[in-house]
Amino acid sequence: MSTTHERVEGHLSQSLDNLRTDELLLNMGPQHPSTHGVLRVVVTTDGEIVKAAKPEIGYLHRCFEKHSENVDYMGVAPYVDRLDYLASMNNAMGWAIAVEGMVGIEVPRRAEFIRVIVAELQRIASHLMSFGTYGLDMGAFTAFMFGFRDREMILDILEMLSGARLLYNYMWIGGVSRDITPEAIEKIKTFLDYFEPKIDEYNTLLSFNKIFVERTKNVGVIDVETCHTYGLTGVMLRGCGVKWDLRKEVPYSIYKEVEFDVPVGSGEMGTLGDCWDRHIVRMREMKESVRIVRQLIDNIPSGPHRGKVGKVVKVPAGESFSRTECPRGELAFYIVSDGSAKPFRVRCKSPCFLNISTLDELTRGVMVADLIATIGSLDIVLGEVDR
Amino acid sequence: MTFEEIQQKLQTKFPQGIQGVEDTVPEKSLKINPSEIVAVIRFMKEEMQFETLGDLCGLDYPALSSSCVAYHLQSYTHKKVVRLKCYLPRENASIDSLTCLFKAADWLEREAFDMFGIHFNGHPDLRRILCPEDWVGHPLRKDYQTPDYYNGMPVPLYFDNSTEPASGSAKT
Repeated sequence: MSTTHERVEGHLSQSLDNLRTDELLLNMGPQHPSTHGVLRVVVTTDGEIVKAAKPEIGYLHRCFEKHSENVDYMGVAPYVDRLDYLASMNNAMGWAIAVEGMVGIEVPRRAEFIRVIVAELQRIASHLMSFGTYGLDMGAFTAFMFGFRDREMILDILEMLSGARLLYNYMWIGGVSRDITPEAIEKIKTFLDYFEPKIDEYNTLLSFNKIFVERTKNVGVIDVETCHTYGLTGVMLRGCGVKWDLRKEVPYSIYKEVEFDVPVGSGEMGTLGDCWDRHIVRMREMKESVRIVRQLIDNIPSGPHRGKVGKVVKVPAGESFSRTECPRGELAFYIVSDGSAKPFRVRCKSPCFLNISTLDELTRGVMVADLIATIGSLDIVLGEVDR
Repeated sequence: MTFEEIQQKLQTKFPQGIQGVEDTVPEKSLKINPSEIVAVIRFMKEEMQFETLGDLCGLDYPALSSSCVAYHLQSYTHKKVVRLKCYLPRENASIDSLTCLFKAADWLEREAFDMFGIHFNGHPDLRRILCPEDWVGHPLRKDYQTPDYYNGMPVPLYFDNSTEPASGSAKT
């Protein structure tokens, strides 16, 4: 006579034999909070296992490149803000540097200082957003609130400077649109004093939290070879231990005058290049950004905040490929000018576009929950993916 | 490694492959024979430490009646970006795919196909990426006309540039 346990076992194996197993096609997005925008991922699942995850993009395609051919060089700047709407300042700086390089406009030193200060503040704001939403993806709601609270302070400062909260149109060709005020400088200093210790607090709260570490370590591992073949840059590349930062390696603006370190992933919690490594690189980069702003804020030279630029920027015929280090990687503008008032062709090489193209390879054979962890760690902004 | 050295090295290796130098400012570009593009880039990747495909995009030159593909190869070792350009006939343009060398080429080539209608031979999954699958035409071509209707829905026209000859008659 068989025991109850054996009977149950037998029943179970019998029912498993009759069980119809089929792959399930699951549409994640385009309206889904954990896809960080209007991204649709067509996921083929076998139970909880992801067999394939094909990203479908284009829901936010606003024809940036076509628009650019129909407006003049100054007119492109506001569109550029809307690419990566979480890091508008960095985008706009990339565009300004690209055009200035073609025309040969000298940017006043005061403007360079203001630009770098503002760009680094924006980098902190962008990484705070990433920190908050990644926490939210992993089920930690408090991090999201903390991240947004501090980001709001930066947005206030940027509003003081430019008059807008998110889409600033602040970095104009030849300088910045408005001068920095003493009140803004005071406010930035107060913010830095407040914010610097907070980074450690957030690390304790989220980055070294046991649950968070368990969710993100050994997940979504990228090696250097994958980075190169997919053309990944920025945090993705640094997360797998490569010390490459354009601000350091091919310095633009006044980055060669400031001291800062380039944090890289080291596989502290698990495998080198996993989601946790990318997360911690972002957290440490915020600290470096604070360091950069501290070095500059007291030494802003006097002078004009914008160089001598005509109403219409005349760009000589030529071609330029100009890269800058944005929070999400290397943003490049390839401008082809035929000497007329409007660009002949503007190409925006967006880092997020290439980052998200790795998703299928990174998530084959993982659990659905790890898919969310991986998408979050890529830190994509769909405005930049679709342009 | 300067641009001239790179040009010299490629010229020796591929006498037929390099068609010349475009002397543009601030950066020059190398004109490559489209039939040898994969061989040239493979050589640059494997022998000259150009590890990454920084960018791949299409261009449209109605005046030259040609389409063009611009490749930006990026080297971490030399801290340099080199631009290679391949000129193709404007109609039914086709060129070999780079997907055998860089996985980044997969999506970048899909975008160039979507926007310019350039066909990439040997691409595993060449379909539109930013526009809907049933979209008609290739929007970044200079002679592109926005259709009046898409699937029975009127396409809104916010402003009309048709009076200006410089950038073609694109309506956005």
